[in-house]
Amino acid sequence: MAGERRHKGMRLSKLYSFKCLKPFSKEDHSQIGSRGYSRVVFCNDPDNPEALQLNYRGNYVSTTKYTAANFIPKSLFEQFRRVANIYFLVVAFVSFSPLAPYTAPSVLAPLLFVIGATMVKEGVEDLRRRRQDIEANNRRVLVLSKNGEFSKTKWKNLRVGDLVKVHKDEYFPADLLLLSSSYEDGVCYVETMNLDGETNLKLKHALEITSVEESSIKNFRGGVIKCEDPNEHLYSFVGTLHYQGQQYPLSPQQMLLRDSKLRNTDFIVGVVVFTGHDTKVMQNATDPPSKRSKIERKMDKIVYILFSILIVIAFTGSVFFGIITRRDVTDDGKKMRRWYLRPDRTTVFYEPRRAVLASFFHFLTALMLYGYLIPISLYVSIEVVKVLQSIFINQDQEMYHEETDRPARARTSNLNEELGQVDTILSDKTGTLTCNSMEFVKCSISGTAYGRGMTEVELALRKQKGMSMRPQDDEIKANPTKSVKGFNFWDERVVDGQWINQPNAELIQKFFRVLAICHTAIPDVDGESGEISYEAESPDEAAFVIASRELGFEFFARSQTHISLHEIDHVSGEKVDRVYELLHVLEFSSSRKRMSVIVRNPENRLLLLSKGADSVMFERLAKHGRQFERETKEHIKRYAEAGLRTLVIAYREVDEEEYRIWEEEFLNAKTLVTEDRDALIDAAADKIEKDLILLGSTAVEDKLQKGVPDCIEKLSQAGVKIWVLTGDKTETAINIGYACSLLREGMEKILITLDSPDIETLEKQGDKDAVAKASFQSIKKQLREGMSQTAAAATTDDSANEKPEMFGLVIDGKSLTFALDKKLEKEFLELASRCGSVICCRSSPKQKALVTRLVKTGTGRTTLAIGDGANDVGMLQEADIGVGISGAEGMQAVMASDFAIAQFRFLERLLLVHGHWCYRRIAMMICYFFYKNLTFGFTLFWYEAYASFSGKPAYNDWYMSCYNVFFTSLPVIALGVFDQDVSARLCLKYPLLYQEGVQNILFSWERILGWMLNGIISSMIIFFLTINTLASQAFRKDGQVVDYSVLGVTMYSCVVWTVNCQMAISINYFTWIQHCFIWGSIGVWYLFLVIYGSLPPTFSTTAYQVFVETSAPSPICWLTLVLVTFSALLPYFTYRAFQIKFRPMYHDIIVEQRRTERFESGTRTASAVSGELPVQVEFTLHHLKANLSRRDSWN
Amino acid sequence: MPSNTASSSSAPAGSSKSKRPKYSKFTQQELPACKPILTPGWVILTFLVISVIFIPLGVVSLFASQDVVEIVDRYDNDCVPTPARANKVAYIQGGSDKSCNRTLVVPKKMKQPIYVYYQLENFYQNHRRYVKSRSDSQLRSVKDENQIDACKPEDDVNGRPIVPCGLIAWSLFNDTYALSKNNQPLTVNKRGIAWKSDREHKFGKNVFPKNFQEGNITGGGRLDANKSLSEQEDLIVWMRTAALPTFRKLYGKIESDLEKGDTIHVTLLNNYNTYSFDGKKKLVLSTTSWLGGKNDFLGIAYLTVGGICFFLALVFTIMYLVKPRRLGDPTYLSWNRVPGGGR
Repeated sequence: MAGERRHKGMRLSKLYSFKCLKPFSKEDHSQIGSRGYSRVVFCNDPDNPEALQLNYRGNYVSTTKYTAANFIPKSLFEQFRRVANIYFLVVAFVSFSPLAPYTAPSVLAPLLFVIGATMVKEGVEDLRRRRQDIEANNRRVLVLSKNGEFSKTKWKNLRVGDLVKVHKDEYFPADLLLLSSSYEDGVCYVETMNLDGETNLKLKHALEITSVEESSIKNFRGGVIKCEDPNEHLYSFVGTLHYQGQQYPLSPQQMLLRDSKLRNTDFIVGVVVFTGHDTKVMQNATDPPSKRSKIERKMDKIVYILFSILIVIAFTGSVFFGIITRRDVTDDGKKMRRWYLRPDRTTVFYEPRRAVLASFFHFLTALMLYGYLIPISLYVSIEVVKVLQSIFINQDQEMYHEETDRPARARTSNLNEELGQVDTILSDKTGTLTCNSMEFVKCSISGTAYGRGMTEVELALRKQKGMSMRPQDDEIKANPTKSVKGFNFWDERVVDGQWINQPNAELIQKFFRVLAICHTAIPDVDGESGEISYEAESPDEAAFVIASRELGFEFFARSQTHISLHEIDHVSGEKVDRVYELLHVLEFSSSRKRMSVIVRNPENRLLLLSKGADSVMFERLAKHGRQFERETKEHIKRYAEAGLRTLVIAYREVDEEEYRIWEEEFLNAKTLVTEDRDALIDAAADKIEKDLILLGSTAVEDKLQKGVPDCIEKLSQAGVKIWVLTGDKTETAINIGYACSLLREGMEKILITLDSPDIETLEKQGDKDAVAKASFQSIKKQLREGMSQTAAAATTDDSANEKPEMFGLVIDGKSLTFALDKKLEKEFLELASRCGSVICCRSSPKQKALVTRLVKTGTGRTTLAIGDGANDVGMLQEADIGVGISGAEGMQAVMASDFAIAQFRFLERLLLVHGHWCYRRIAMMICYFFYKNLTFGFTLFWYEAYASFSGKPAYNDWYMSCYNVFFTSLPVIALGVFDQDVSARLCLKYPLLYQEGVQNILFSWERILGWMLNGIISSMIIFFLTINTLASQAFRKDGQVVDYSVLGVTMYSCVVWTVNCQMAISINYFTWIQHCFIWGSIGVWYLFLVIYGSLPPTFSTTAYQVFVETSAPSPICWLTLVLVTFSALLPYFTYRAFQIKFRPMYHDIIVEQRRTERFESGTRTASAVSGELPVQVEFTLHHLKANLSRRDSWN
Repeated sequence: MPSNTASSSSAPAGSSKSKRPKYSKFTQQELPACKPILTPGWVILTFLVISVIFIPLGVVSLFASQDVVEIVDRYDNDCVPTPARANKVAYIQGGSDKSCNRTLVVPKKMKQPIYVYYQLENFYQNHRRYVKSRSDSQLRSVKDENQIDACKPEDDVNGRPIVPCGLIAWSLFNDTYALSKNNQPLTVNKRGIAWKSDREHKFGKNVFPKNFQEGNITGGGRLDANKSLSEQEDLIVWMRTAALPTFRKLYGKIESDLEKGDTIHVTLLNNYNTYSFDGKKKLVLSTTSWLGGKNDFLGIAYLTVGGICFFLALVFTIMYLVKPRRLGDPTYLSWNRVPGGGR
């Protein structure tokens, strides 16, 4: 298992590439040039007419979304893909016609503002990308020019076939084929940080034929590379080099990818194969998947509701308008009723004789007039808010990981509020729950177990079982060796060279030799201290080489053909250097589950050294190699129970003849240039990896990350379900489950597995159909049993909420295949949802993605997937939210994720604090947005009833157009960014609060409609109180009466005050920012009124001097304002007061409780309060529990 | 987790490129804040405070309104001679004598200034077609007298622009009232009834009526072609369109007191046609208080809201007295009571 984590990229890429390239896999390499494999590169000869004909793209790279020419149309197009914006655009156009209820500029201005703001944002982002592009395109690289000298050229001028020279610590300008390097054997070291984030160095080596000296490489001409077309698979490359009449197979080993860096090598020479957008890194550059949150999707529905309301009231108005207009002229057409409107000489819009047409036009007018129901600035405000929220997430110090220097990062801001609604977390294990830094703890050599340390899992199990851990503590303390990272092994029989005295010393020596030789790590010798560190592709491998170094088998040098060790000779006990000739590496892959090397030892004997998963290794043992099989199996089982990852170590001697025949076949397979080459290589490798002799097994510990059990417990207290999807063995997984408190003592385990004797016997018979059938039946039966088990528990246990805690479901990969079958997935999901924790063992990346999809679609609830490796990418992209752990495994997962954190434990804060807050904020914000627009929009409608539905708003045009943008938007944004119901500390202390989001209490339809109703009630209060106080009588001492402008200003002031004060009483968190924005918005309204009112009357029309001269000196206007504002807020306030009394929400209880606590401690009468639970609280909790249990049995 | 105040200071000074987020109360969302919560005390207090403020305000407003003496006389019906009442529209459009006598009795002493209003009902000065039918630039300066686009159909007469153009001006109210007390004529001051800003900035001093009411249909009143628009206060008042279909407009001021029991004879010319749209016409004489004219609504509304708040305060007090509940009980906020579940 140890090698499992390696080459996951490859594994994944195969998963997909196989699928799409299958049709070509049968073709052999002679057909190169066919679809998929058509690229021809003329090395060092880009001016060759044939090469010119191919016309490959240049190395110019552009990652921008827009160009200077298409920015305006394209970004406008993007903007107007939103329904609401289209509506406003149409309105803006129509506003130029006489239909418009208000002037065109006042409609256009806010639209332009909103669109402009978004476009500027897009533009700035794109400009930044453009600068990066320019920087990259103009970097310089040495290219072999026609005169045979290397001269500097800009990156963008590179062409396919150019010969380039790259120096140490420079980036490769394109995908290159390595020809030679400053090392004699043509190797070089590459850092691929920018590609996959892996920091370890990778060894690349040139073909022998091309690895010549620099002077002669200049004459390298006539080589033709035929290879695959550009694709995005970073770890695969298929091609051949035709040179001097010979064909040489090419592999990823020779490819140097753009944006990776040359390290520890003075220079290399390579030929450009892929340029610009054809390079693998550019082919990989896809935007993070665009996901939309549930809230936003629901918001769209609300916008549709508002549209319907809009249409309904517009239609109502038009009907009335039509009726009234028709009556303006008597039937004989002679007499006019409302003669002052001149209905005899009117336009079509008011034509009484064609009242139907007039009312149709009026309908259009009304659609525009009531357009204030649709909040134009909603989308842009939400975007601003989310970006700011993301900044807060990125800035959170509590989610910063010191060791790796990584803060949390929100890669997309779309999903912030979704974080507050997570129902199920699907987690990877290795690297996510664990550190993925392996420590060599135990080993079993020739049937003897070594290693005395206790693993964390064992400690946790003991702790759960209530056993004392004293003795073990002593044992650990007895460990005298210095601490070495990756090495936690102590056994007096083995360390410090003591193994020589063991009876099985020879086997121990062989065992550690395998560990020291069979790997792909690269030693890195510190020049000064002589200490050796290793760059390994997987942490397990690093643990092995470190372990063998600590025990006396120091691997210190690797070349393409040799591996050198300092060894202690077990006979003499002296330190000697031994050099092994490395013949072949049979690489690890997920299907092979093993890796081997073939070496020639200094005694000139051929050895095959192999390590791999027990499931594949035991069947490959020779008859005479099974001496210790029973003991080793026993040990492996024990190790697995202790949560360790085990690998079986074996070797064999190969005789020369067999090797010669095999090598030919193997090399043949390697020279193939088709997609099934890998399969053929595997088959060839299979032939030699047999008849092995068992040496023993290793056990490495993957330590749990700090804080994982606590975090999981908090999350499960928050009612979040956690599924662990791991590739581990069942036993390991179960024990890790215990260690991280996913499974608890007293929880009933439901184990679904196919490891039953009858199925095994069937398997031995080899009848695949029968096996499948029997397996299916068996899984079905087990699922049924599980169901009845849970059902029985549910009926006997009356307390519903404890039910989900009672069961833990464990299912292995094979069973999962059947459980995910269409026929069984429902039952599986049903069973799984009745269990508190679910663990899927031995699951493949594809299964992970499938399970995620099943949970997502099957329950319709928000899923969060968290993982760190390339094998989790599918799962991350499938889930509603993908969280990547930016750990040791590279950046593939992070690249596919929506949020990146450094440690699993930060998930707790990300969800319970940021998720909760963001959810709350966005939900509140949207509700409030609709409230404020309904309040405003409906005052327009009521006024229409008093203006014979003619389409005249009560307000000046510019008041209205500034409403959304200036007078009410900043407080909402402040709400969306800063509001918090309870502090972060309390969010974590009361994880139950999180259920507000999961059950979507704050954005339920009741709540949304409640807010809408509140808006309508407010508008009625505002309108009717205003028109009745400011009726026809004088409104000032000097006898003046209220006219259109005064009524408009007063009513509008009431609206501005009401919606802003509503904000003030509905937020929970008042900092100076809120004060500033809320009172500032009101201030801005008055400021606007004064400034606008002082403009010449031709501009300000009805607003001219209206505030200064007319309404401000009138006491009744102010009294009306006070009356209306308080009255309009009264219904909400009363509702809240009753709600807190009778049905408090969770955060209300918490806030109150905090306050009481403080109060009590303040008066130092912290006496125990009566144990009696208030009825209301009990009711709420009961309600909550009922919700929970309903949720748990969706169907 | 430890408080981050400590960790902020311990940020490694040497590592200049650490990605550790900078600590500030702002970025960590720990700004000092006031977190208002609706405890019973606050709820009751709020309701009480509102009622304590609102009830006196209501009383004061109601008194102010009660102080105002108002005489309202509806005359649209009575001023049509009985025989013509069958077809009022024909009467008003006909050429017969429109004068009409009304007698008003002063119910209470009225202190000067007494404002004279005319009140129209069911007249939609806020109709969209009507409101837009004016040209502010034309009213303001002679130069722009041709800016009549908005004024259709009252824009020009045979190509000559009408000043002031538009439906509003065209439909100018033209009933006139001549008041006398005990056979002594009462002077009604018609100066200063329009807003100052209107007189000085909206209506030009050198803009004179032109071609007004010369179209084929005459709307309302005529204007003195020799008086500049800024002096035609009746027009200025009329052109400040009303917000609602029932409205009053200032006709003039009586600058002498009226005693209780005084009879006022009004000789009015009933010119204006409200009959075709069933509009009422009223003559209103009213004094003012600091709050303006007579309208009890504000006072009543204040008293009502204040009363409701007082009632709610009582309800909540009783509720808390009868059923006191301890605030926020935390014990049940965690449901995790499973044995072995940690903690």
